[in-house]
Amino acid sequence: MTENCLVRFSGVSYTYPEAAAPAIADIDLKIASGEWIAVLGCNGSGKSTLAKHLNALLIPTQGDCFVNEFNTRGEDGKRSARRAVSMVFQNPENQIIAAVVEEDVAFGPENLGLSPEEIRARVSWALDVSGLGKMARKPVYALSGGQKQRLAVAGAIAQKPPCLVMDEATTMLDPRGRQDLMEVLSTLHSGGMTLVSITHRLEEILRCDRCIVLSGGRISWNGTPRELFLLGEELAMWGLEVPGMVKVWRELVQKGLLEAKIPPLMGEMVEALCR
Amino acid sequence: MRFLNNMTLGQYVPVESLVHHLDPRCKIVGVLFCLVGVFMVKGPLGFLMWGLLFLLLVSASRVPARLVLSTVRPVWILVAFTAVIHLFFTRGEPLFSWGIVEITREGAVMAARMGLRLVLLVMYAGLLTLTTSPTELADGLESLFSPFRRFGFPAHELAMMMTIALRFIPTLLNETERIMKAQIARGAELERGGPLRRLRAFIPVLVPLFVIVFQRADDLATAMEARNYTGGEGRSRMHPLKWSVRDTTALLFSVIFSFAAVFLDGRALLP
Repeated sequence: MTENCLVRFSGVSYTYPEAAAPAIADIDLKIASGEWIAVLGCNGSGKSTLAKHLNALLIPTQGDCFVNEFNTRGEDGKRSARRAVSMVFQNPENQIIAAVVEEDVAFGPENLGLSPEEIRARVSWALDVSGLGKMARKPVYALSGGQKQRLAVAGAIAQKPPCLVMDEATTMLDPRGRQDLMEVLSTLHSGGMTLVSITHRLEEILRCDRCIVLSGGRISWNGTPRELFLLGEELAMWGLEVPGMVKVWRELVQKGLLEAKIPPLMGEMVEALCR
Repeated sequence: MRFLNNMTLGQYVPVESLVHHLDPRCKIVGVLFCLVGVFMVKGPLGFLMWGLLFLLLVSASRVPARLVLSTVRPVWILVAFTAVIHLFFTRGEPLFSWGIVEITREGAVMAARMGLRLVLLVMYAGLLTLTTSPTELADGLESLFSPFRRFGFPAHELAMMMTIALRFIPTLLNETERIMKAQIARGAELERGGPLRRLRAFIPVLVPLFVIVFQRADDLATAMEARNYTGGEGRSRMHPLKWSVRDTTALLFSVIFSFAAVFLDGRALLP
């Protein structure tokens, strides 16, 4: 195990009660500190089940999951995982507990039993990072969908976890809300936070360091986003849709207008086209 | 469907005001005294005093009067029903009679009295929730009930349930409206026919609503667990409750005012 390994899955399988087949099976995975990793897959591929193991909301029915070298099976391990990994879920409406923005952000730190001064400092930091600094006293019902999801992020990071898991957190957002959230995530990542983005949108993984593809509850592929875009039919087989930009890039390569190995990142693509 | 938009009880209005800054325990106990006082006055002087105090509190709270008044809307049927029952079924000196229907002087007085009491009751309670965030309200209740914890009273759990219930009122109202619109779009006639038919037409709204409520409750529980919630033990607060001189003054004022209103009202009614 590398020194800076934050999460380690060792042969993890999980079968929901009364389910015939496991939702995830034989997962071996390491997530290093400071890494931004995307977990991809179509609906029912086991992404959310895998995510819930990261902060011990689910305990493997087989195998072991270690967070900060603590096995999540034990009480200590569970506590350590909850403190080390925060989660943001798909629907912000179902994870906001308080009626006022700052009170909701304070919920996590309050649960940790921190001092009022520390809680206030964390709340103000989390709101600033999430771009909600001016909305601290606003009622939650007055926020837009995008703002609510950023509030959910603020609530999660106020616990100052080393790792943040976004479980399809952009699904219910409009393009602007998605863009804003991605900016927040980039800021957090550049501050050294480990990020795990669970998604089925390939355009969201461009900033990630690594992505893994889940299919039928198993890891089918593991590599960088650029390597993923070089794949052909496999993507369709896993139920993933190639971003428009990559399709354009492929067409141009086929027509001999671009070199085959140009990685499909926005800036580089524009540059290549201008040439 | 408009009644859904009129529901404001429970929707906190965060503005800076003297009333907002009072300790929630002071506001809860103060309002309790006011409510008892409202139910003990009988004559015009008593109601006038409670009405004037209410106006004073609303202006001090800086909450728009429109919002305060709208807290009565969801209960106007109850107010009207209570008033009508008292109007027609109180015996006494007849003022007007038509067939078997008879309105008495005592009935008219009782109807006005009960109507005013209910309206004041709802508005005072509404002012409490408009000026106190659900979290503060829950913290206040938890603190007030904490002496009973040694007898096994679940003070924290009740307070948390209340916070969540108040937080989800607007969400569930939106959800209800969404389901109603979806059912109307599919040809349901929710606003036609007699009361029984309307009630029956509501079943297709209630069933999905219940399913959604349980789904949301499940998701919320997961989210709370993910945010390290393990119950009341070991929790701290961002704004710990602090009782100040201002709170003692406000509470004493509400107690003295309640006694004064009841006393003066009683004296004014003496022959």
